[in-house]
Amino acid sequence: MSARAWAKVFGTGLMLAAGSAAFSAFAAGADLGQAEKQPTNWVAIGMFAVFVIFTLFVTKWAAAKTKSAADFYTAGGGITGFQNGLAIAGDYMSAASFLGISAAVMVGGFDGLIYSIGFLVGWPIVTFLLAERLRNLGKFTFADVAAFRFKQTPVRVFAASGTLIVVAFYLIAQMVGAGQLIKLLFGLEYWIAVVSVGALMMVYVLFGGMTATTWVQIIKACLLLAGASFMAFMVLYHFGFSPEAMFAKAVEVKTGIAASAGKSPQDAAAQGFSIMGPGGFIKDPISAISFGMALMFGTAGLPHILMRFFTVPNAKEARKSVLWATTWIGYFYILTFIIGFGAITFVLTNPEFLDAKGGLLGGGNMAAIHLAKAVGGNVFLGFISAVAFATILAVVAGLTLSGASAVSHDLYSTVIMKGKADSAAELKVSRITTVALGVVAVGLGIAFEKQNIAFMVSLAFAIAASANFPVLLMSVLWKDCTTRGAVVGGFLGLTSSVLLTLVSPAVWEVTLGNPKGSALFPYASPALFSMTIGFVGIWLVSILDRSPRAAQDRAGFVAQQVRSETGIGASGASGH
Amino acid sequence: MATDLTTRILNDPNYQTLKTRRTRFGGSLTLAMLVVYYGFILLVAFNKPFLATRLGEGVTTIGMPIGLAVIVFTVIITAVYVRRANKEYDALTELIAKEALK
Repeated sequence: MSARAWAKVFGTGLMLAAGSAAFSAFAAGADLGQAEKQPTNWVAIGMFAVFVIFTLFVTKWAAAKTKSAADFYTAGGGITGFQNGLAIAGDYMSAASFLGISAAVMVGGFDGLIYSIGFLVGWPIVTFLLAERLRNLGKFTFADVAAFRFKQTPVRVFAASGTLIVVAFYLIAQMVGAGQLIKLLFGLEYWIAVVSVGALMMVYVLFGGMTATTWVQIIKACLLLAGASFMAFMVLYHFGFSPEAMFAKAVEVKTGIAASAGKSPQDAAAQGFSIMGPGGFIKDPISAISFGMALMFGTAGLPHILMRFFTVPNAKEARKSVLWATTWIGYFYILTFIIGFGAITFVLTNPEFLDAKGGLLGGGNMAAIHLAKAVGGNVFLGFISAVAFATILAVVAGLTLSGASAVSHDLYSTVIMKGKADSAAELKVSRITTVALGVVAVGLGIAFEKQNIAFMVSLAFAIAASANFPVLLMSVLWKDCTTRGAVVGGFLGLTSSVLLTLVSPAVWEVTLGNPKGSALFPYASPALFSMTIGFVGIWLVSILDRSPRAAQDRAGFVAQQVRSETGIGASGASGH
Repeated sequence: MATDLTTRILNDPNYQTLKTRRTRFGGSLTLAMLVVYYGFILLVAFNKPFLATRLGEGVTTIGMPIGLAVIVFTVIITAVYVRRANKEYDALTELIAKEALK
């Protein structure tokens, strides 16, 4: 696989439609983010309906508990570390992680593993540097932490921009993914998916706030982990729990495919064995490192993930949350790796799942779905399809809640009302914003149906790594950081990551249709450069800042540090 | 009041211990994670044949256990921090709070 093809796979990341663009491009030579509509799958629709009815009951229960703004944003701070860990893992294990990474393993073997490792390694960084400090300093949003000792208005405006931009790109990606997925899995029209995701998500968030969003996420995480465990178990069972036997069969299958494509026996054997080692993933080390940085530090700057640290009562539970989240996510990536190899041995060898050209029916992202049918029959296929769709729904709800809190808590309550808004008014604004975001998300989902939006999730990670993360880290750990430094540096990181993505191959050539090789910025991810710009911007502007406000900002550090280290005086997440 | 509390905590030797230990430990583990992950990425970038070396008679390569080890390392290093923080740091924090709020 060429570096450019991988750049595209990178771009697709967590997102389904994009994954299908990259992998179908790889498998069938077609460069389309479009999925083919499949026959209507009533088993899957029925199972999804059961999920929806069950989660609506959960929402009804949660609604009774959602009275104040604190309930709405943070579930009243009453989530345990274990529950929150599952919810965080749920936020992270999106449909495209599941379908995209297992497909990446099916196509590239070891390369798929390198890819999934990138998504995991940010969690220890979050644990060591941020989790408990966030819990100790913040109340509802990460802006509470970033703006702790600074002038509120400018930092809040920056943090709300960072949040809304990351949420917007992530939301569009999820909505388009939902539409493509429903065509594949349920055999329904694109718009039905987008509208139903928008409507259900609004119900969860509007009535059940963070409590419902968290429980929907937990339920989905359990279903996804159970389904993936079953598939991996069945694959390993077939090979007598011998990874060597599984690898050997996969190499044999890949060799056979290469041989039937007309390769000489020697070349075919080499190609078959290539899945056991690194392939074209890292032709260009700068892209690899830059993309690795976006994943690693982007994880630590995603607003909907950071927000989850305010749902637990104290620093101890915050730490437990990340440990559980890391454990589940790590386990999940091991499962997807086995599922990918299972797809090679069960799916690529079964004509039932292949089209005339030897590609997967329904596109490259169907690897895990077909494997579900191969190991568990039609009912299990329906189950996995329903879980994949539920996954998108849950992730969209979390994103919307985090966007709504940026508007109501950071912009309305702090910037416009100068902190004088009461909890009821703030809650009303959050709900209005939720509806507005839901409508916008549906609109954008429909508008972007035919666009190639492969770059959007990796852009969201790059912005989170280049804008949100540096501001958060420097404000918490660096004494001399000032309001001006944080805001200027943060906006520099934000704009540079967006601009560099715009002139990168994934957008400039693939999405905007300019000729190959014309992109000004040749690498897969801007993070290496835009993160540096963000950090240097914060540092330089801060040390040059001689304003009276700067003196005040620096003087406030000691008190902030005492609270971030000990949690003494921290908000119990139950109102002011 | 608040500043008074801050001063009292600042003067507590336990607070200084907590701050120094956590900063040092968190910093070292962060560094370890960066070294392991970017070490792995650089190994992939510059020594692909090594990772594709067969372990024995079969097809399993050395890259497989190494990749798995990076995942397991990530989980374990997180657990190491959380275990120590939940025991030692929380105990120190409790002492500090007791001292400061009495």
